[in-house]
Order: sequence, then structure tokens, then C-alpha cells
Amino acid sequence: MFGRLTVEAFKHDFVAMGGALTMVLVAFGIVAALTYYKKWGWLWREWLTTTDHKKIGKMYLYASIVMLLKGVADAGMLRAQQALASGAGNGYLSSEHFQQIFSAHGTTMIFFVAMGLMFALINFVLPLQIGARDVAFPFMNAVSFWLFVAGALLVNTSLVIGEFGAAGWLAYPPLSELAYSPGPGIDYWLWSIQIAGIGSLLSGINFTTTILKLRAKGMTMMKMPVFVWSVLGSMLLVIATFPILTATLLMLSLDRLAGMHFFTSAFGGDPMMYINLIWAWGHPEVYILILPAFGIFSEVVATFSRKRLFGYTSMVWAIGVITVLSFTVWLHHFFTMGAGGNVNAVFGIMTMIISVPTGVKVFNWLFTMYKGRISRMTPMLWFMGFLLSFTIGGVTGVLMAVPAIDFQVHNSLFLVAHFHNMVIGGVVFGYFCGLIYWFPKVFGYKLNEKLGRYAYWFWILGFFFAFAPLYVLGIMGATRRLDHYDASMGWQQLFIVAAGGVGLILVGVLLQVLQVVVSIVNRRKNLDKTGDAWGGRTLEWSIPSPAPIYNFAVLPVVKSRDDFWRMKEEGTTVKPKYEDILVPKNSGKSFVIGAAAFMFAFGLIWHMWWLACLTAVVAIVVLTVRLSDDETEYVITAKEVERIEKSRRPHAA
Amino acid sequence: MQHKIHDAQKNSLGFWIYLMSDCMLFATLFAAFAVLRNNTFGDVSLGSLVNGGYVLTQTILLLFSSYTASVAVSNIVTGSLKKVIFWLSATMALGISFLVMEINEFTQLVHEGHGWQANAAMSSFFTLVGTHGLHIAVGLIWAGTLVWLANRRGLAKVENKLKLFSMYWHFLDVVWICIFTVVYLRGLMS
Ligand SMILES: [Cu+2]
Repeated sequence: MFGRLTVEAFKHDFVAMGGALTMVLVAFGIVAALTYYKKWGWLWREWLTTTDHKKIGKMYLYASIVMLLKGVADAGMLRAQQALASGAGNGYLSSEHFQQIFSAHGTTMIFFVAMGLMFALINFVLPLQIGARDVAFPFMNAVSFWLFVAGALLVNTSLVIGEFGAAGWLAYPPLSELAYSPGPGIDYWLWSIQIAGIGSLLSGINFTTTILKLRAKGMTMMKMPVFVWSVLGSMLLVIATFPILTATLLMLSLDRLAGMHFFTSAFGGDPMMYINLIWAWGHPEVYILILPAFGIFSEVVATFSRKRLFGYTSMVWAIGVITVLSFTVWLHHFFTMGAGGNVNAVFGIMTMIISVPTGVKVFNWLFTMYKGRISRMTPMLWFMGFLLSFTIGGVTGVLMAVPAIDFQVHNSLFLVAHFHNMVIGGVVFGYFCGLIYWFPKVFGYKLNEKLGRYAYWFWILGFFFAFAPLYVLGIMGATRRLDHYDASMGWQQLFIVAAGGVGLILVGVLLQVLQVVVSIVNRRKNLDKTGDAWGGRTLEWSIPSPAPIYNFAVLPVVKSRDDFWRMKEEGTTVKPKYEDILVPKNSGKSFVIGAAAFMFAFGLIWHMWWLACLTAVVAIVVLTVRLSDDETEYVITAKEVERIEKSRRPHAA
Repeated sequence: MQHKIHDAQKNSLGFWIYLMSDCMLFATLFAAFAVLRNNTFGDVSLGSLVNGGYVLTQTILLLFSSYTASVAVSNIVTGSLKKVIFWLSATMALGISFLVMEINEFTQLVHEGHGWQANAAMSSFFTLVGTHGLHIAVGLIWAGTLVWLANRRGLAKVENKLKLFSMYWHFLDVVWICIFTVVYLRGLMS
């Protein structure tokens, strides 16, 4: 009945028990609050069944923030252990628990924070920027989201029931094979990202179709905002590479569940094939995350410099070149693993080449700012922080692209510092920048500027204190993922500084939480009444904030790049002619599919085959019923549209 | 009405993109097979297990089912529900026979001690061919649903769905040709 799930799975050591209890208490608290305030019906009608891209975006945001808090807590625990565990000191974590934490930290941050925030932003902004009323497939959008939640929930469930993987965030075999990791941990890892990954793949299809088919009349490809271009590049990469991830994870799970031998160390298996395949996905994944951040900066820099973006065409080309080249560099993740000098040289050179289009972008932003009327609001602060951090990270990245240098620093903390420079300094800063920028469009009021500044400074200072020592430690020979080191290495002071840096970042995060709370309380003072909070240039600022359910009462006809800027300059006001609008109906089926996916994975992880079979059938039946349904939309009449518009735009004529 | 035409274009583009991503999935499994096909760990080679005539029969069945699927689609214009359902059912019958033959082949291999656990080569063989088989099974469920829908709601309602199905079915045919060449023919020749 319960497969290999026994009481043992609920027993944890002292520290792990803390994590488990937190999880249980949080879950219990949410259920209790919903019941006490009688909010279950509201939750179901307004959120769980929604197919509105704006609400789905909000849910992505909330889920990612929860996961971000967990990921930051993981990071704090790791660095605290390393600051303590020198010589005679053993720290407070067991080796096994430490390994689970660093595996969970990477998995959480990449799949459930970075990807989640990216999809939140794309959902918020993309349809509005192209003048569309929704994404191409609203129901599929909801399915993607619930698969994402199912994956995130699996990671959190592993805190309470059983354990998480202890083989790193990419779980290299043969360590991740049954012979060396017999427990359910690797299975939790496998299925959480398998399910979330399939959700991402569906999103990739959805947003690509949206961009190609739903653009407003007159918006040719070369009139699209750069953010839309960056999303297109990113989503094309999703379509091309997430199937590789799916297949690779499938092979590893078949090894573990069906006794196959793809990556085992015996019976002809080839662990090295896994390393190649996972990075054939993994390197493009970096660009999947960073491209939208580039797009965000392009919008923000243009808006806050009050100038049109410098070098639009070169920006578009740079995105295209990065999209293609990102497939040609994966081997730089394992120069030391025996490919030979010539192969290493080719991949080293390709890696250096890909930094060229990135450099083009940086110069484009700088030229955009040149002679602009720059306002130093928080989005611009994050951009400046990005420039500094990303340049350092870029330089250390090109350093490591030289195979001879890579041999010295491979798997050292130097590498860890490098990719955090890119992923925090590039991706996370970019998404924070975008969230502050589009916050008024999504929620209808601006975030508190002062607290935002404080948060920024704690983040950026903490960031350099946390990672500069790692570069030094890496050169001193400290490898990554150490839970203990000899006192004679002389590393402890630097590790303490790094832990202090994480502490500063933690303060930054708490300030951000405070910023949001204060902004909600004072929202009346910061309302965005015009819909154009910053003096924006693109179509999303032409509609009220927050956007009404149908986004555009009258679909725009685009004449130029930065079309809203043109409209403002020309100052044309035509009396709008309203029409009936078709809007997607709510559907609980996406939620059911997500829940079934969660139970399916849970069944496979614990070898409860009946549960896996049952939930698979449920998912297939629900999906078939949904796909056979033709009546998935309802009409908002022209009269109703007019009423909503009049109430939302009291200042308009 | 404008809206519905728009929908059809959107759906077929979305579906095309999905098929491209499915291509990548199969490409990955093909790559794994190419790497592992000789890693038999001392067991007999894959080629010696292949029955040429048997696989050729499977291939012909599937190719023919692609033909019947396109006849079903071309009959939408005639508006004859009966003809569409007939050709769609023929497609299903051929697909089912293909699948039965594949399952039979698999069972035999497992019986003779050449199951997926035997060695890496067999693992990659079963996974690649089995993933295609799974796609066929999904296609059969889809076709069955279409027959049922066409009966209940009439041809006009299923027209676009039918076109997407036929795209899917042809795609699986192409994948099978690749499997036939890379896995079976090459196995026979070595
Ligand atoms: Cu890389």
C-alpha cells in the first residue's frame, strides 16, 4: 500500500527536524487561516481556477518568493557551517545533511526561483507589450503554473517525508544511481524538476506562439519591444533544450526505477553521456534566464534615460546570436574530464566568442544613458549594480574559458563565485529591477522608494562581501561543497567574511519584505492613477493600472517602435469604439492536472505503483475531457467594457 | 467567425512548435542509442536479435496507417461523416496492429533474456523504441476520442482537431522511419 514509505521517513536529526517543523507549521497555518476566514471558495474561484495571465503571473511571483526565502535560508546554513567547521570545530550539520542542503539550494534557486520569477514577469508583461488580450493558450498557461507548483511542493515535501538528493543540483551519475544513492532523495530531485521542466516546456510553446501570432496590428517583428525579443530568444531555447532535460531525466529515472543501464558504472552504462546531455541543456538554461533580464534592462534604461534605446537592431542581433551560440559551449563545464586538448580549445574559443554580443549589449545600454536625462530610481540602481557585478562575472568567466586556467580552478570556489556573479548579479538583479518597474502595472501602486534603496544597498554590499572572498578562496585551492577543512589551510577568516556577506543579503531580503508590507499599507499614497507610472514608452503603459481583465478595451494599431511614446507625442485622442470581447473561462482542470502530477511523482518516489497509475489515468482523462471542450470562453459585452473603462479612466475624456 | 479561424492558425502553429520540441526529445534518445548501441557488456549484439521481415511488416503497417489518416482528412471536404470515421477507424486498426507487434517483440526479447536490464545497449533500444510506441498509444486514444466527438458533434467541430492529429501521426511515421533505419537496418547490416 505505502511502497517503501515507512515511519522511518518521518524521523530526522535535530536540525533537519527544525526544517520539517517549519514546513508543517507553515502549511498548517495557511490551512487554518483559510478555514477561519472562510476563504476557500474565494481561493478556488479567484485564483486556483484562473486562466488570466495577470493572475497566473502573480501566483508565480508568490510561489517564487516563498522558494526564494527557502533558498536564502539554505545559503545561510551552508555558509554558517563553513564558517564554523575548521580544524577541531565540526559545525552543526552532518555531512549528509550539508550535501542535501547544497543540492536543494541550487535546485531551488534555478528551477523554482529564477524560472518562477522569469515566468511571473513574462506573464505580467509580454501580452501587454504586444497589445494582446491574453496568451495564445490560457488554459495551458495555467497547467504550466500548476506543474511548477507541483515541482516546488515536491522539494518542500522532501523536508518532511524522507530526504532530498545529496548529489548536487545536477546529480551526476554514477553517484546519483541506485547503487550509491538508494534512498528517495534523488527521486525527489528527479521528479520535482522533471515535472516543473515539462511545465516550462509548455510555457515555451505558449509564449512563442503568443509572440508570433497575437501581436497587435502593425507591430512587425522589428517594431517589437526588446523585452519581447529577449523573451522570444529565451523561449526558443526552452523549446529546443528542455526536451533534452526531459529525456535525460527520463533515462536516469529508468535507471533507478526499471534497472536500466544508461549511466551506471557497470553493464556498459556511460556516466559521461549524462554530463554531456545535462550541460547541453544546462548551458542554454543560463541564457534562458539571462536573456529576459537583458530585455528588462533595455526597457528600464530607455525609460529612465528618457531616450529611445540606442542600437535597437544590434540589440536584436545580439539576442539572436546569443540564442544560437549558447548551444556551442556546453563542454566548458567539464574541460577536465578528458575531452583532449583540441576539443577543449574549440569550446574555449566559442565561450570567449559568446561574450562579444553580450558586450555589445552593455555598450548599447551605456550609449542609451549617454546624454540622457537619467533618473536614479531603484530600477536604475539595480541596473548599475548589475553592470558592475556582471562585468566582474563576465571577466572571470572568460578567464575560465581558457582551459589551462580552468584546470586550476575547476570545481573550486572561484567557479562558485563566478556563476553567482552571473546568476545573482545578472538574473536576480535583472528580475528585481523588472519587478519594481512593472509593479505599478500589476498591482496599481508603486513600491516604497526609500526602503527599496536600503534593500538594494544591503544586497549589493552583502553580495560583494559574500562572493569576493570566494574568488580568493578558490585561488587558494578551496574546492566547492566542503563541509569541513583543516585549520592549517588558513581559510576560516575568509569563510567568516563570506558568511557575514550572506547575513547582509539576508537583511536586504528582510528589507524587501518590509518594503512590500509598507507599500501595501501606504498604497493610497502611491496609486498609479494614469496607468503610466514612469513615463513609459511601450504599450503596457497605455492601459489603466492594474490592467483590466481584457487588457485592451480597443486593440491598438501600432505605427512605430515605442508606440506609446509616439501616441503621447502626437497626442491623438479618438473616441474609442467598444466591442464584445471574448475572455477565457476559469477552469479547475489545470489545478487537478497539477495535483495529479504531484501525486504521480510522489507515488513513483515511494514506489506506490497503484498511486502513480491511478493519478496518471486521472490526468489523461481530465486532459482529454478538456481538449474535447469547445466552449472555453465567455463574452464581455461592449456595454460592460464601456462601463469598466469609464470607471477605470476617470480622467480620460 | 473571424475569431475561430484565428484560433485554428494559432493552434496549428503551437502544435508545430510542440512537434519540434518532440523532435529534440527523440534526437536525445537517438543520440543515447548511438552512444550505447555497442555497449552490450559481453552479450550478443543488437543486430543478431533483429528479425528483418517482422520489422518490415511493422513499417508497412505504420506507413499504410499514415495513408489512411490523410485520406480521412481529405474526406472532410466531402462532408461525409461516414467516410471520415471509416478511414479514421482504419488508421486506428493499423496503429493497434503495429503496437501489438511491438509489444510482442518486446515480450519475446525479455523472455529470451535480452530485456532492458541486460545491458546499456538494450536499455537504450527499449527506451527509444518504447517512447515511440508510447506516442503511438497516445495517438490511438486521441483518434478514438475524435471518432466519438465526430459522431456526437458533427464534422465541422472536429475538423481542426483532425488536422492536428494527422500532423502528429505523420510525424510519428517519420520518427519510425528513422528508428527503422538507425536501429534495425543498421543492426542488420553490422
Ligand atoms: Cu556554460
